[in-house]
Amino acid sequence: MHAESNIREPLILGHKTYRNISDDIIAPIEGKANRTWYILFTISVLGFMWGIGCLSYTIGVGIGAWGSNNGVDWAWDITNFVWWIGIGHAGTLISAVLLLFRQKWRMAINRSAEAMTIFAVLCAAIFVTLHTGRPWLDYMLFPLPNQFGSLWPNFNSPLLWDVFAVSTYATVSIVFWYIGLIPDFAMIRDRVIKPKMKKAYSLLSFGWGGSVRHWSRFEEVSLVLAGLSTPLVFSVHSIVSFDFATSVVPGWHTTIFPPYFVSGAVFSGFAMVLTLMLIVRKVYKLEAYVTVKHVEYMNIVIIVTGSIVGVAYLTELFMAWYSGVEWEQYAFLNRATGPMAWAYWIMMSCNVLSPQFFWFKKLRTSLAFTFVLSIVINIGMWFERFVIIVPTLCRTYLPSTWNTYSPSFIDVGIFVGTIGMFFTLFLLYSRTFPVIAQAELKSILKASGEEHKKAAEQAHH
Amino acid sequence: MATKQIIHGIFGDEVPLLEACKKLRASGIRIADVFTPFPVHGIDPIVGLPRTRIAICAFIYGITGLALATLMMWYMMIHDWPNDIGGKPNWSYYFNIPAFIPISFEATVFCAAHGMSLTYLLRCMLVPGAKPKNPDPRTTDDKFMIYLELNDDQSKKADEILRSTGAEEVNYKGTITIEPKY
Repeated sequence: MHAESNIREPLILGHKTYRNISDDIIAPIEGKANRTWYILFTISVLGFMWGIGCLSYTIGVGIGAWGSNNGVDWAWDITNFVWWIGIGHAGTLISAVLLLFRQKWRMAINRSAEAMTIFAVLCAAIFVTLHTGRPWLDYMLFPLPNQFGSLWPNFNSPLLWDVFAVSTYATVSIVFWYIGLIPDFAMIRDRVIKPKMKKAYSLLSFGWGGSVRHWSRFEEVSLVLAGLSTPLVFSVHSIVSFDFATSVVPGWHTTIFPPYFVSGAVFSGFAMVLTLMLIVRKVYKLEAYVTVKHVEYMNIVIIVTGSIVGVAYLTELFMAWYSGVEWEQYAFLNRATGPMAWAYWIMMSCNVLSPQFFWFKKLRTSLAFTFVLSIVINIGMWFERFVIIVPTLCRTYLPSTWNTYSPSFIDVGIFVGTIGMFFTLFLLYSRTFPVIAQAELKSILKASGEEHKKAAEQAHH
Repeated sequence: MATKQIIHGIFGDEVPLLEACKKLRASGIRIADVFTPFPVHGIDPIVGLPRTRIAICAFIYGITGLALATLMMWYMMIHDWPNDIGGKPNWSYYFNIPAFIPISFEATVFCAAHGMSLTYLLRCMLVPGAKPKNPDPRTTDDKFMIYLELNDDQSKKADEILRSTGAEEVNYKGTITIEPKY
């Protein structure tokens, strides 16, 4: 059996048996939801409905309903798209990259992080389908034959790369998630008593039985999917950044964009995972599995990626100055001191300064502080995309086309709607799906469980 | 025609399970299957399971995806309707390769991931509506089971080994008749 050093803190706290793990994971599914859940669910659904209203209005009258204008033709739509796609990245990073690096702490959070990925990508998809203006013609994004128009789509365009990247990312994430869910659904199927539930989970579990041959294939498939998802997750946000970087707009046309976007995405994604997991562990009493150590590990990832983002901001400023290109210099001067400087400084303080608090162990192991900071970071990362897009487009090459921007009621409504949809889906998920990959967790109980570690230490002395 | 006894050896932990598997194999008993609630590491060589070839499938699917994407982009951009977009004419695939790399990569990953996942599900017969494959429902929760199909001589030996290594239960689940292969 695999032994783990006692210097490493246990990942499963307290006295737990395999049976206890099943019980703890199944409790929220078999039990009734409490009042808090219903309150949160009602608020989320109301937000979602409001979003659907605004979305329908947009489809009815066109994107003139938005605050976007002639110069600022990308605004809240693309800001929100990039923000949501970025949030999704943490799920894949946790389940794929941390699997390749054999980080066992991923096992307590990967299921929910992947669920978050999928819901976030769905939210992002709403904005890309809408921003084309005539969403009923969106099938033209796909490589369909000439009869639909006179031309094939342009494969030299990063916007088309994005179609392929995001759809590959969404479908592969769903498959990766579901393959991991099958054994856990089987556990629920074999445990629940209500016949209707048994039938539902029987259907979902695809007849899984845990045969040694199937586990062997399962592990190989997980490993290869992780290997495929790792470059995929980096490619997706790189391609999203190409949408900007391959243009000739000053402030966008920079080679730093792909790594800068990817680290920003991981940064914001981890913040969202923290926001969700801190609630989930509390509401569903999973403190023994999602421990303070897990939170600390995630906060360390936040320091690293947050600092990369900070360095990228400074590099952009330096390169603008050093390049000697006046357009480029003005673009950054405008961001930092122009009419939307407030957004720039919100971005700077939320993304560059706030994660630095996590250098203090006391702060990065404080759950309340982490929760607040995770929300601050997500606000900051939303403003990053806003700052990249809006102030830049407000003042491009020709001063005669300079413009200002303010979002419309509808813009805000659709954004609130996606937040509502995200939480609606997540709340439904958390009551019907196993929120922790219990089969994987059982496999590390002996090596990383608190009780087993203590026993091993005593045997050693 | 041979009649075989079905035996379920149930364990509460993976350590005695592995011990029992080793001893059964050492005494020449074929382990038909093992059902565990989680992937028990190191069990494959003990029960004599060859390494799965599913990763090779993924590679083949990936290459296929790459080929299909290349063919698609060559046909649409170069062959069927070549365009001069932004002063960059599409006369040859070779000179335009940089612009085609992202989609080539995405298509490779798409086909490798989905092809392999489908192969996995079908190879394990994991389909919606399939009957649970574990003979005892406790094996997805906290029990481990060695599933044996043995003739009478071997059954006795297996029973001894299972009990001596710490099986919590040894259940006899009737007999199975195996038609001889001609």
